[in-house]
Amino acid sequence: MYHFATWKYWLVISVLVIGTLFALPNIYGEGPSLQLSRNDRQAIDESGLTQVSGLLQAQSIQPEAAYLQKDRLVLRFETAEQQGKARDAIGKAAPGEYLVALASAPRMPEFLRKMGFKPMSLGLDLRGGVHFVYEVDVDAAVQQSLERLDRDARATLREKRIPYSTVTTSNDVVHVALRSNDDVAAALEALKTPDGGLVFTTATSETGPVIEIRLTPAEIKRRQDQAVQQNITTLRNRVDELGVSEPIITRQAIKRIVVQLPGVQDPNEAIRVLGATATVEFRLVDENNDPYQAERTKRVPISSKLYKMTEGRPILLKRDIIATGEQLSDATSGFSEGQPEVNVTLDSRGGQEMFNATRENVGRRMAVVYIEKKHLAEGERCEGVRTGETCTEERVISAATIQSVLSSRFRITGLQASEARELALLLRSGALAAPQTIVEQRSVGPSLGQDNIDRGVRAMVIGLILTFIFMAVYYRAFGWVANAVLASNLVLTVGLLSMLQASLSLPGIAAVVFHLGIAVDANILIYERIREELRAGNSPLAAINVGFDKAFATIADSNVTTLIAGVVLFAFGTGTIRSFAIVMTLGILTSLFTSVVGSRALVHFIWGRRRRLEHLSI
Amino acid sequence: MEFFHKVTTYPFMHTRRVWYGVSTLALITSVVLLFWHGLNLGIDFTGGVVLEFGYPQAADIERTRHALEQEGYNESQAHVQHFGDERGIMVRLLPHDNQDVNAVSAEITEALKRFDPQVELRRAEVVGPQVGGELTNQGGLAVMFTFILIGIYTWFRFQWKMGVAAVVATLHDPLIILGFFAVTGITFDLSVLAAILAVIGYSLNDTVVVFDRVRENFHSMRKATPEQIMDASINQTLSRTIITSGATLLVVIVLLIEGGETLRGFSWALTIGILVGTYSSIYVAGALALDMKLTARDLMPPQEKGKEVDAMP
Repeated sequence: MYHFATWKYWLVISVLVIGTLFALPNIYGEGPSLQLSRNDRQAIDESGLTQVSGLLQAQSIQPEAAYLQKDRLVLRFETAEQQGKARDAIGKAAPGEYLVALASAPRMPEFLRKMGFKPMSLGLDLRGGVHFVYEVDVDAAVQQSLERLDRDARATLREKRIPYSTVTTSNDVVHVALRSNDDVAAALEALKTPDGGLVFTTATSETGPVIEIRLTPAEIKRRQDQAVQQNITTLRNRVDELGVSEPIITRQAIKRIVVQLPGVQDPNEAIRVLGATATVEFRLVDENNDPYQAERTKRVPISSKLYKMTEGRPILLKRDIIATGEQLSDATSGFSEGQPEVNVTLDSRGGQEMFNATRENVGRRMAVVYIEKKHLAEGERCEGVRTGETCTEERVISAATIQSVLSSRFRITGLQASEARELALLLRSGALAAPQTIVEQRSVGPSLGQDNIDRGVRAMVIGLILTFIFMAVYYRAFGWVANAVLASNLVLTVGLLSMLQASLSLPGIAAVVFHLGIAVDANILIYERIREELRAGNSPLAAINVGFDKAFATIADSNVTTLIAGVVLFAFGTGTIRSFAIVMTLGILTSLFTSVVGSRALVHFIWGRRRRLEHLSI
Repeated sequence: MEFFHKVTTYPFMHTRRVWYGVSTLALITSVVLLFWHGLNLGIDFTGGVVLEFGYPQAADIERTRHALEQEGYNESQAHVQHFGDERGIMVRLLPHDNQDVNAVSAEITEALKRFDPQVELRRAEVVGPQVGGELTNQGGLAVMFTFILIGIYTWFRFQWKMGVAAVVATLHDPLIILGFFAVTGITFDLSVLAAILAVIGYSLNDTVVVFDRVRENFHSMRKATPEQIMDASINQTLSRTIITSGATLLVVIVLLIEGGETLRGFSWALTIGILVGTYSSIYVAGALALDMKLTARDLMPPQEKGKEVDAMP
């Protein structure tokens, strides 16, 4: 009899129990569900739960489960038919109150959910949905910063009454040309910003002194970074508006953004809403000049700008902006007197400016300019102003007489119903800081996803059964030990994947299957070693011990190499490859544990405690 | 049950020259095929559009081509083939300048719907050419890093001759797999690349098991020649090598049969990789280490000078 530390038994048992608990939610599968969030973005509380349950009961629809999860209300149903009925019932009984998303929710029992356990998160190729990769044009963000710098420089110099001849921007440098050398020091002082990030150099040109302003490399990086972050925030807001459950929006590398929308069937709507940049500006109408004449002669008064109304009529607007879309705090779409409208609420500053401007101009007209920035596809025509590949289209959607003083709340009319809905959504979610293009797009239909799961699971089950039979025949009693180890290895891998919530894709399932083969290797190494020791004339118990000890070094060495491949895959891969790498790496770790510690514990438990052992069933 | 009741005594190393020839020939063929034929790269690498459609009945390839031609996509632009069973088809478009790929995929779906309203778009993938280019670079980098790290590991864990032999053996396997993909024209996509990296790990796993035994035997069989030791080590681990390869091959073949079209390339890469990897750990890694004049001295632990100093009074 050999000593085997009791704590190792306990270690194996506790790891197995915990692993099983984590793996457990996966066996119940998923059911059709609705995920509700409040339209006004408030969290749903118990009273909301009661209200919704009540109105479903009135329609005699009984959800299988109803619970709150992260400010949202989840309702799970037995059938998809009930799910649809419930959605209609909620839409009718409480119109506009909730954003309802069709989703699927895990069917696991309540106690598991309350303990915070979750099933594995399935990749899009398994559950269906759309996947985009956006590339943010970070250079455009830097260009915008320079434009702002250019504008600010003019304003500052004017304010400080420092005479300058020109301010121009070229090749990422803002050139401020001054009139006299005496002003250089004062200008430098005035232009310096407290937060830094700018480099000033002075030079002399034929016309006089020039101050060159550049962004430091660190500042450029910071602004690019900010642009990507801002775009992510905006995308997140817009995805929330679309009512998608469990979206994934993450940054990839320096300037890419990955958006995954499970369950979304039509990528085109998502693309349009996610990629649009629409905003509004409020300006006073220039009533003193003739817009037709300005259009004909191409001579526009210096304080005004020429626009086109939606129907094509020209209109002159004052250059000074009263308020912009950035000063909005809320926007909702609706109808009044049969006309679509957008109800906007300005923030305090915007409200104050609106108040001042309208108080002085009652009886005159105010226009709403609708501005849409589009990233042009190759060959697409641009109706507005083109800068690089970005096209900015501006049109006046309404120009109405100011009847009374406006403050922070008012409405915009003159749009189509769909435009109003979209404008409200876009105004609410904020603007995209920099243009972005889609560089990768994948969509998987739900039937294909289920098909992939079925195939993967079938391959796994067949592979498992064949391996079980093979091991049992070849190694007899020890083969069953190996099978128990293999099964617990599978449970632990699934448990770990559920715990880490790493998304599992089809290659991930393939990795699990491939891994079944690798996982038996450790056991085979041990058993072959034990057989060798037996042949060498060792007693069964000695053979077991020596076999485990000698095999360990080999197992460790051979697994480290596979581990290296797994880690490299993880580091370089994205998406499905990363999923494959995670499964492979976790699988190696669990199989090391189960075959070295677990298998030894089981072998000792069965054979090691006997005083005399004449024969081994191996 | 036991296939190898007694330790076998096959003289593996005796025929190694023949196998060098076989390996070299296979490698040259692979490389020539790679350059001459090239790989059928998937859109993960080339960029472009792949659309997978499902019909309720057997799909008609000719009619699909016809429908696409009417939209102005001739055969050289839009490649149509069966996917999975006879009810599925796959349309693949190469990346093209001046086109909005999203619009293209919508247009094709529309065109097919007009011919048969029951058609269902099962999968759509659009990859921009810049992403494809990056993936190719990243894939190459990943393979390179794996080799470097594995080389370093085997060097430290064993000895430099064995490290070199192991890396050459592992280099041998992906090249043969690439040759296989060039011959068969099976689509080479990201999951195949993942499979190749897995094979690198797997094949090395095999090599390490043999080398482990070689190291052990150099210590225990003092009188034997290196060739005898190599043969003995391979024979002693032969049972494990064959059983493990067999077990792994078993599940991978299940994957090949049951995994569906999406995993076809992946499963093939693994199948070929396991076969070649098993062979290469014996006839490439083992044989090379032997021919690099691996001796018992290479594997003796270096004389520890510190001990002598400690022993001095």
